[in-house]
Amino acid sequence: MPIKHPNLKLSRLTDTLPAWAGDIAADDLHAICRQVHDGGGRLVALWGSDVRSEGGGFVLHVVLINETGLVCLNVPLPAEHPHYPDISGIFPAASRMQRATYDLLGIYAQEGHDHRKWLRHGAWHSGSFPLRKDFDAAASRTHEADDYPFVQVEGQGVHEIPVGPVHAGIIEPGHFRFSIIGERVLRLEERLGYVHKGIEKRFERMSLQQGAKLAGRVSGDSTVAYAWAYAMAAESIARVTPSNNALWLRALLLERERVANHLGDLGYLGNDVALSFGFAQFWILKEQVLRNNAALFGHRYLMDAIVPGGVASHLSVEGKSIIEQECDMLEQQVRILRGIYDEHAGAQDRFIGTGCVEPRLAAQLGLCGLAGRASAQAWDARVQFACAPYDTLDVQMATYRNGDVAARVIVRFDELFESLRLQREILARLACDDAATAPLERLPANGFGIGMVEGWRGEVMVAIHTDAQGGLARVHPHDPSWQNWPLLEHAIIDNIVPDFPLINKSFNLSYTGQDL
Amino acid sequence: MYQILKQILRTGIKSETPPQADEALRVDTQRLQQQILDAFGGALAIRQVDAGSCNGCELEIHAVNNAYYNIEGLGIKFVASPRHADLLLVTGPVSRHMEIALKRTYDATPEPKLVVAIGDCACNGGIFCSDDADENYATCGKVSNVIPVDVAVSGCPPTPTAILQGILTAISARK
Repeated sequence: MPIKHPNLKLSRLTDTLPAWAGDIAADDLHAICRQVHDGGGRLVALWGSDVRSEGGGFVLHVVLINETGLVCLNVPLPAEHPHYPDISGIFPAASRMQRATYDLLGIYAQEGHDHRKWLRHGAWHSGSFPLRKDFDAAASRTHEADDYPFVQVEGQGVHEIPVGPVHAGIIEPGHFRFSIIGERVLRLEERLGYVHKGIEKRFERMSLQQGAKLAGRVSGDSTVAYAWAYAMAAESIARVTPSNNALWLRALLLERERVANHLGDLGYLGNDVALSFGFAQFWILKEQVLRNNAALFGHRYLMDAIVPGGVASHLSVEGKSIIEQECDMLEQQVRILRGIYDEHAGAQDRFIGTGCVEPRLAAQLGLCGLAGRASAQAWDARVQFACAPYDTLDVQMATYRNGDVAARVIVRFDELFESLRLQREILARLACDDAATAPLERLPANGFGIGMVEGWRGEVMVAIHTDAQGGLARVHPHDPSWQNWPLLEHAIIDNIVPDFPLINKSFNLSYTGQDL
Repeated sequence: MYQILKQILRTGIKSETPPQADEALRVDTQRLQQQILDAFGGALAIRQVDAGSCNGCELEIHAVNNAYYNIEGLGIKFVASPRHADLLLVTGPVSRHMEIALKRTYDATPEPKLVVAIGDCACNGGIFCSDDADENYATCGKVSNVIPVDVAVSGCPPTPTAILQGILTAISARK
């Protein structure tokens, strides 16, 4: 049991993950958050749901994590003036999640520091809330201009550079407001929400199977992580466990997704320091991985390969040897390229000391995932909460202390080699041509489940609430980018504007995953 | 430097033959005259706009730049401003929050201009819109609901070859 509090009765959610859930009163939220924080724990996700049709009001859900596991706190709120105590003073990462929860559901954090809108721009008006069950889309439409009060930096010689939402490269849209003196950045303020597509509302009318496809498209570069987290949440509600072989295959796919993304990022990090050789080389390697994915699993990015209950593909004997050869080839090639990156004075000069996030700040603000590990935050769900099959794989976590671009490059290299090792281990234990899978048809009524998977970017969590008929009442996908975007604002301080693309790429955070 | 040159030589040339244009991808009747298209064919500048995608299509648009598809080898390059562009490559279901930005990007692109919609969501709203409505509270649906589209390439995401084919179709004459 990860948390002890006299008013909190926890029940175990699933055997797959060490995850518990319990109801608490809003008045006890602070004390419990403080207890988890002081014990070295973190905030994973925060969202809300509308249960007025079942005779209640609203419910705030807060997922916290410490070294013993995950706890989902459910805080019932009244239907009129639904409010709860602000927890961003304890977990700064809560701030944007609280603001987004207000924009979408109209439940608000009292006494918060920042009550500006976050995900709402001008698509619906301020008095309407899309995730309320009685939301009327047509009546809520507005064309009012998006008026957002950025924080202004004043002083002699200070000026602003507004960038975006349409960026200069092939990147997702978002707005960055730089306040600078000369080339030095004094402050960066992010404004996201441009790719808000109404994903959470869309889930509500979907079947379990359609929902799996949508979960795999919350952030296309992490489709395996999302599809697995969604499947894990569904399986925990249905109390089923997929076959061992399905789990092995899922882990193989997840590591392949990690390898493909790390290869791509390492190429772009070279490109951003004018080493276009790096881009050319790493993207040749990435393309070979993608082509093998298409040939073996039917999709270059492995979309729809994981379904609730199991997997929608299998691996042939020839497929196994293709992946083994690919691992050997990558191992050899990436070693050569790492040597070149390490020895390249121009690249290292740009990498080292740039975009630094000190471990102390990373811990205070809750930096997680790959970027967190590059700032000495030793969290990796494959290690601490190793669910099958990772419990038998002994994953070696890659961590580094410097917290700069160079550290995020090193962690990517280390994780890439570890993923190749894991793929080989998995292949040794995976039974070929075994498509043993029992797809889940429906979920039990009034269930709640959580799935969490360490994607390449960090921990991806999906929570599912089912209604009285077993349909999807509420699905909340959570991207690690929620935690990490605010740290980018700190990483750029005192750096020069031309280094921003490099620093941004070294984090490579998801816009769509946080805009939903 | 020696290691870099050695690796380049060892890698060799990976570029593959580009696909042929495909008339089936054309949505709009040709809006531009042949002589303009001939000029485009020599050197095309593309501005990519993510108007709400899941980032899946962007991954494949990146891949079009890799050594296998080598789009720059065809004289086509991605530019940083719509004012430098001949063609907009648009992904997404267009989110309502990107509607104005997309319209402004289109307006900022000098005439004559072309638009290629990339991916199922850009073609018909995709999974983010329900079967009975090609929009919702947060998205305007397909790209042609917001700006005129010349060529639409479906796929989730479309392969780099399909993307390249869509671009080549846009700049080729209607047969």
